Amino acid sequence: MSDKTITISLMDPPYDSETTTTALRIADAALDKGISVNVFAYEGAVLLTMKAQQAHPNPVKGTTVEDQHHPTTSGFVGALFEKAAGDVQFQWINCGMCVDERGAADWIDGPKRGGPGDFYKWSQESTNTLVIGTR
Amino acid sequence: MGKYLLIESRDPYEYADTNYFYDLARDLADRGNDVAFFLLQNGVLVARSGAKPDKVGELRQAAPRVRVLADEFALRERGIQKDATAPGIEVTDISTLVDLLVDDGRKAIWH
Repeated sequence: MSDKTITISLMDPPYDSETTTTALRIADAALDKGISVNVFAYEGAVLLTMKAQQAHPNPVKGTTVEDQHHPTTSGFVGALFEKAAGDVQFQWINCGMCVDERGAADWIDGPKRGGPGDFYKWSQESTNTLVIGTR
Repeated sequence: MGKYLLIESRDPYEYADTNYFYDLARDLADRGNDVAFFLLQNGVLVARSGAKPDKVGELRQAAPRVRVLADEFALRERGIQKDATAPGIEVTDISTLVDLLVDDGRKAIWH
């Protein structure tokens, strides 16, 4: 168990950049070490937690949804919420204005609505803060 | 002396501004700081032995105290074997990156 916390800010939308996968890998590895993780999703990253995301078949290959086993970003994030336990917390805030602009308010369970002030507060309270910008 | 974690996710073949990030690592080290330079994603392309430009070799020659690490997962995704990486590169995993992130007082910069 650790009393340390990492805060990560993300801006990339789903399925756009390898950066999203990397950020989620960092969060996953931190939780494994008993380190709490905060994620502030800004701009297109608020779409990462959309509940309606669905896996899909591949009509080119003729494979089914089950064959493809296509991961969704909301599935990844949901798994991180499930992994956090006890004093090890996983928190996720979606930027409210970014959500409104995109009509992206229907999320999986776990994320909360917030603003840059929350990110500032987290950054003050955390062991370290990693800002991952877009390209 | 400060402690820094520079995370390079980009390669110099697509992004010329990677040059500034390597320069930053060198200059921070020149001023006596503890610098860890972590290659991620396409950033690992320069970890190959014989890569041109030899960004890692140039950095290590200019600032031998800089610790250069490369993400094993990113290497594997790109078909780069550990024994094909350049000398002086520490092939490791994302867990090491997390350890560096929670190292007290270490500032992290993503590029």
